[in-house]
Amino acid sequence: MPSPDARNLARRIGLAVLVVALLAVPMFADSSSLSLVTRILIYSIAAASLNFVLGYGGMISLGHAAFFGIGGYVVGMLFVHHADATPLMGFIPGSNQLLVTVPAAVVVSGLLALIIGALSLRTGGVQFIMITLAFAQMIFFFFVSLKAYGGEDGIIVRRTNEFLGLNMRDRVTLYYVMLGFWAVFMLALWRVVHSSFGTVLRGMKQNERRMAALGYAPYRYKLYAFVLSGMGAGLSGALMANFLRFASPDMLHWTKSAALMTMVILGGVGSFLGPIWGTAAYLVLETWLAAQTEYWQLWLGLILLAVVLGTRGGINAGMARLAALMMRGRG
Amino acid sequence: MKKLLAAASILALSTMPGWAEAVKIGVITTLSGPPGYIGEQVRDAIALAVEQGGGKLGGVEVELVVEDDGLNPGNGRQIAEKFVNDQGIKILTGIVFSNVAGAVVPDVVDNGAFYLSSNAAPSNLAGAGCNENYFVVSWQNDSLHEATGAAAKSLGYKKAVALAPNYQAGKDAIAGFKRLFEGEVEEIYTQLDQTDFASEMARIRAAAPEVVFQFHPGGLGIAFLKQYQQAGLLGQIPMVLSEPSVDGVILNAVGEAGVGVKATTHWNEDFDNDASKAFVAAWRAKHGDRPITYYAQQAWDTAQLIGSALSKATPDDADAFRTALRAADFASTRGDFKFGANQHPVQSWYMVDIVAGPNGKPQAVTKDKLRDMVGDVYADQCKM
Amino acid sequence: MRPGSMILVLEQLLNGLQYGVMLFLLAAGLTLIFGIMGVINLAHGSLFMVGAYAGTLVAGATGNFWLGIPVALVAAGATGLAVEALVIRRLYARDHLDQVLATFGLILIFNQIITLTVGRQPVFVAIPESLAAPVELLPGLFYPPYRLLIIAAGLLVALGLYLLINRTRIGMLVRAGATNRDMVRALGVDIRLLYTVVFGLGALLAGFAGYVSGPISAVQVGMGEQILLSTFVVVVVGGVGSIKGACVAGILLGVVDTMLRAFLPGLLRGVMPASEADALGIGIASMGIYLLMALVLLIRPKGLFAAGG
Repeated sequence: MPSPDARNLARRIGLAVLVVALLAVPMFADSSSLSLVTRILIYSIAAASLNFVLGYGGMISLGHAAFFGIGGYVVGMLFVHHADATPLMGFIPGSNQLLVTVPAAVVVSGLLALIIGALSLRTGGVQFIMITLAFAQMIFFFFVSLKAYGGEDGIIVRRTNEFLGLNMRDRVTLYYVMLGFWAVFMLALWRVVHSSFGTVLRGMKQNERRMAALGYAPYRYKLYAFVLSGMGAGLSGALMANFLRFASPDMLHWTKSAALMTMVILGGVGSFLGPIWGTAAYLVLETWLAAQTEYWQLWLGLILLAVVLGTRGGINAGMARLAALMMRGRG
Repeated sequence: MKKLLAAASILALSTMPGWAEAVKIGVITTLSGPPGYIGEQVRDAIALAVEQGGGKLGGVEVELVVEDDGLNPGNGRQIAEKFVNDQGIKILTGIVFSNVAGAVVPDVVDNGAFYLSSNAAPSNLAGAGCNENYFVVSWQNDSLHEATGAAAKSLGYKKAVALAPNYQAGKDAIAGFKRLFEGEVEEIYTQLDQTDFASEMARIRAAAPEVVFQFHPGGLGIAFLKQYQQAGLLGQIPMVLSEPSVDGVILNAVGEAGVGVKATTHWNEDFDNDASKAFVAAWRAKHGDRPITYYAQQAWDTAQLIGSALSKATPDDADAFRTALRAADFASTRGDFKFGANQHPVQSWYMVDIVAGPNGKPQAVTKDKLRDMVGDVYADQCKM
Repeated sequence: MRPGSMILVLEQLLNGLQYGVMLFLLAAGLTLIFGIMGVINLAHGSLFMVGAYAGTLVAGATGNFWLGIPVALVAAGATGLAVEALVIRRLYARDHLDQVLATFGLILIFNQIITLTVGRQPVFVAIPESLAAPVELLPGLFYPPYRLLIIAAGLLVALGLYLLINRTRIGMLVRAGATNRDMVRALGVDIRLLYTVVFGLGALLAGFAGYVSGPISAVQVGMGEQILLSTFVVVVVGGVGSIKGACVAGILLGVVDTMLRAFLPGLLRGVMPASEADALGIGIASMGIYLLMALVLLIRPKGLFAAGG
């Protein structure tokens, strides 16, 4: 059996190959494939964030659409106020600068996650699933009835935010910008997962009482994780609003939470690369099947069923098991 | 080199009459979930128009490419991207919902393709957000309900209760209704996805208005009409509706709960003009007694508009094609039709009565013309 | 309070009760499946839809409304047993996530099967002539008899379930299963049979609810998902595994939801402009049941009547 170090090395090489492949995508992809890969990158940020609380922390949140959607809405609302040259809530100036809107989206979704997490973490299990859903639904209904920002019709962001003077209308440029954000996020997530904080979090998933006895306050650690996860989902939403040039209550709908969860489970819960594979598999399947037949949802349903019944732990099951072994080896 | 040769031979072929490659038309529509029947009507009507033309529209061979957006703006955008950028499709249509249109239309027109709306036409694309490559064949969303307000006023009602779901289209509906009604209106908002309206029925009875206006498309409308009848309000308090709440499928599903209602529309199955008769006959021949909705009629008209433009210009010559579209040189099933300054329709609106048909199913009978050749209130804000 | 407004309040209470009873019919099965078998079954709404379609189609073809009821029960029950045998049985030992994904797949499959076989257009069912005309319960209080029948049927089912669970051997096993699953297994009970019975019972109730809701709302593809979320809210508020909880929470949520929608905008108009009051009122009413659930869970994290303490 290879040592953990050797496997770690193998994994790093694997990651490097992935990054090189991603850098090369615009050279051989046609426009819709490029757009599909861009969407996969953006959604995988949200899926990986969800996996951080779900897979590592054992918190099954069915409310992550709230953070994803808020991220999108921050970009949309700042754009509206930039275009109108009116301040938001009377004192916040609008903006169309990516380096302003994205951090703002991350901060706002983090604050929202702090509030929702602080309340929701008082419960657990199924009740946690439902209470996170409840908060997300409240936010969904809030934005649906928010006439000033388009209500159900959403906000059209006529121009993608500006970034370092680049031509953001160019698809390849936009792709590389998104790839850059993705890489920074994944790197940061990797460091968090493999920090002592990440270790404590995984320990709590396995045995909360033991970790509490060791002096780690579960509530606080879980809340930190939940906030970080919300910030990641908010980042994803902010990027999505820039990519689609559109933000709407659709981003906040509970089916979006369910789709994110599907991506995570499909790829393999609790593995680092799982959500990325899962997101890719889900979006590619959805796009490809819809192009083949108008009854594509039948096939998607059958495939989901087959994956759950036929494999244990998603597409990435082997990798996930390997990862679990490694974690145990370390912990 | 090989590529160049291939390109040259295609060019040579396409300049020869009869060998021209079919012009592709991209249809993005909603075929899954509860509103799936709407997308089905859109798709089938366009396909029917092409079939009637023997695979051609305006004498030009066309090929339909249809895909389901699943009522998901992101999916709609992905499909549009594939159609426009990879398959080189220049003409797109078919979107049912405003929120999908919001994500798709700006991107389509920015890439030099044409979007011809056969249904949704939200206000954010009708006014300042208008575009020279964006045409609407159906109506601007508000116009539907302005006609209903005018109808209620012409019937002499002064006091109304107006109900709609609490989302943008619902609020626009009530605003549109009030604009021309000018009487006293009590507004009641319902929830998105609400299927039980018992509580609203009680409020209507308590308010005792002279007329009820409600906007509930699809399944919501079916539930509302049934419960209105069951509450004993049908026949007690008259109801006027705009067309999304009484489409052919809804009437078919509510049975006699629809009888006695008045509605406003820009087209009805019994219209006495050649284009409409031809459309209805073609539909009946193909689909038997399956209800025809105005969704199908608008899609059919869209196909006719595309045909009229294709007979004059190729979509590759964007300026010429746009000019041909603007002329609206086709026989609309609704009679007179032209485009306003924002390339949205200028058309007439009619009142219809819902009566019991010979087969027991309710049917709509056209009555007076309410508004003659009107556009929409956003046209002034459009600068092209 | 004027007599007119008293009548309105009474009528709205009846409406809330009727909606609550409908939620209870769905939640009763779901809470048992959840509590006893530990399975999150998102496809419960699909059984609701299957019952509605089967009953409505038969009623439409024969012209006999009452004939639709046994058909709906048989169709939903048989579908439920098939789903249990083919899919759910393999999910007992899995975690909630796998169950969510698999049953989400089932939703997609059921919706498309209906689309392929029946079509996309909603189907129609009329209520029987004898129940069509509103009756005057109190002077000035007219109420559709069909809705009264639903209330009666729902309360009857509640009573039946109460007797079944508290007076029979099967009920004893169900109670024991909801409290401590492993204990029942250890006692050598044929747990598989028990699971099948419970799932089948849940399917019957869902099918019944689907069919009787047909004449009121629309029988269409995806009708199950619209009510699924509210049903889950009822299950969680009532306490997972508790029939009593499902009954109390169903009626509570039904009444709260109806009353908020009916009276909140009016109350708010007293303190703010009409248009703002309407927008805020319906906004809060839409969130109402979720707000209530969040509050209940914050005070009682296991719900109102959690089985097994």
